[in-house]
Amino acid sequence: MKILVCISNVPDTTSKINFTENDTKFDTNGVQFVINPYDEFCLTRAMWFKEKQGASVTVVNVGTAATEPTLRKALAIGADDAIRVNMESVDGLSVAKQLAEVVKNGGYDLVLAGRESIDYNGGMVPGMLASLLDFNFVNGCVGMEVDGTAVSLTREIDGGNESLTASLPMVVAGQKGIVEEKDLRIPNMRGIMMARKKPLKVLEPVAGENATSIASFEKPAPKGAVKLVAADNIDELINLLHNEAKVI
Amino acid sequence: MSVLVFANSTDGKFKKNAFEVVSYGKKVAEQLGSTVVVVTINANNTETLYTYGADKVFSVTNDALSTFNAKAYASVIQQVADAQNSSVVILDSSIDTLHVAPILAVALDAGYVSNVVALPSSTSPFTVKRKAFSNKAFSNTVIAADTKVIGVAQNSYGVFENPVTGTTESFDATIADSGVKSEKVERVTGQVTIADADVVVSAGRGLKGPENWGMIEELAGVLGAATACSKPVSDLGWRPHGEHVGQTGKPVATNLYIAIGISGAIQHLAGINASKVKVVINTDPEAPFFKAADYGIVGDAFEVVPKLIEKLKAFKQA
Repeated sequence: MKILVCISNVPDTTSKINFTENDTKFDTNGVQFVINPYDEFCLTRAMWFKEKQGASVTVVNVGTAATEPTLRKALAIGADDAIRVNMESVDGLSVAKQLAEVVKNGGYDLVLAGRESIDYNGGMVPGMLASLLDFNFVNGCVGMEVDGTAVSLTREIDGGNESLTASLPMVVAGQKGIVEEKDLRIPNMRGIMMARKKPLKVLEPVAGENATSIASFEKPAPKGAVKLVAADNIDELINLLHNEAKVI
Repeated sequence: MSVLVFANSTDGKFKKNAFEVVSYGKKVAEQLGSTVVVVTINANNTETLYTYGADKVFSVTNDALSTFNAKAYASVIQQVADAQNSSVVILDSSIDTLHVAPILAVALDAGYVSNVVALPSSTSPFTVKRKAFSNKAFSNTVIAADTKVIGVAQNSYGVFENPVTGTTESFDATIADSGVKSEKVERVTGQVTIADADVVVSAGRGLKGPENWGMIEELAGVLGAATACSKPVSDLGWRPHGEHVGQTGKPVATNLYIAIGISGAIQHLAGINASKVKVVINTDPEAPFFKAADYGIVGDAFEVVPKLIEKLKAFKQA
């Protein structure tokens, strides 16, 4: 099985979000970038397939050279090789088109990607990629087994789970549950040393236009101070929720 | 040219999401000087959509669509969009619809923007405001493509009545052969789910153990609310993963979010920012949640929550 894991390079979850250039660019100053947490679950699942069933695992990112440390971290976790498509990602469709080229040329039969990235939260790249490739697709996957080309999956639905079957080749968008958080891999020293020697191929992007672009960013309006209610005055809280906030 | 809305249904019934996207679609159609048409799949009572402005409903009924299938649903919506020459297609942001929308966008060669929180600020260029950075910011996004697919974030626009004399027509769609087969659906019944809830009661490590969740469930019962929890609580196995709310868990966009014994880590706040009114109950007056909340009680959950349940019961009966 040839597995491709899509890796998004995102600000770590504790980052403060600011913008520059008249609120048109994300301010990377002082921001630590990490593997998108949803992609990290997928990468760990891919490592499991590699170790238990035999598979090769390639990681891919569409981004500038600044994303390479994140790809190296994925190699340190255990991926065999990495590909970077040398393009600043602007919208989901253009990223999906670049990834589709990588999948076609590499002959991958399973593509794993996080349900969404925690920066732009579009949640669109895996589904678009599957459509462009005409691969089967399951979103929000919380459980997955592969037997030959037969795949059984569990996806989260509102208020429960759905069990599904499909066959390779396919794209699966995963989240916590595809592996548990306690099972996530942390690169060890040997992995970090080996990662330096593993191949990281840089590809130039194929031509294409963006369907969407970001004109500006804004931050939520500053919030007023909390209204504190004494612990022995529950009536006041109910009064505020009923008469002022009008939510009960 | 028309604006097409997909009004999703579960077991034939529309939820609030469907009324919200029809309300939104009606306004977009007004902005564009066009009409709003709605597509439904195996839904009953399509006339309820007229209340929110649906001029015309195309009802697709087919046993092959009795269980949700993303590819088949996308294909059905695409066929109606093509037949109606729809330049804008509007969907909700439920888990199923988030599965359908990217497939649909590729099929329509459209520009797709998800998590949209407001009406287009401009229709030329077509610009919408969407959530980004896990609710820590918004982006004003321009859709350049001729066809636009918009995913409206839940509870972000609201449900508005705009009654019209609508009509419903059946639409005979070809059902795409899908490579993904549903084997079993397991849904918790008899409980309000986070996705449907107007109120969410959430608790954290301050509850000290899973045995203490009885009072959280009781409070949720009184309010008709869903229960949720912080990440450490689901990691510890005190509550199921499906209840984990936060940046990498479930997002919550309710009218009222009550956080009990949750300190308010930045990742948790990112998951609940979109909720309208936030109440925090915590013993620690320095808990970061007090900065994000609208109302707060500094106090012990084990004393405050039982009193709150008792007072709310009396309030509901009054």
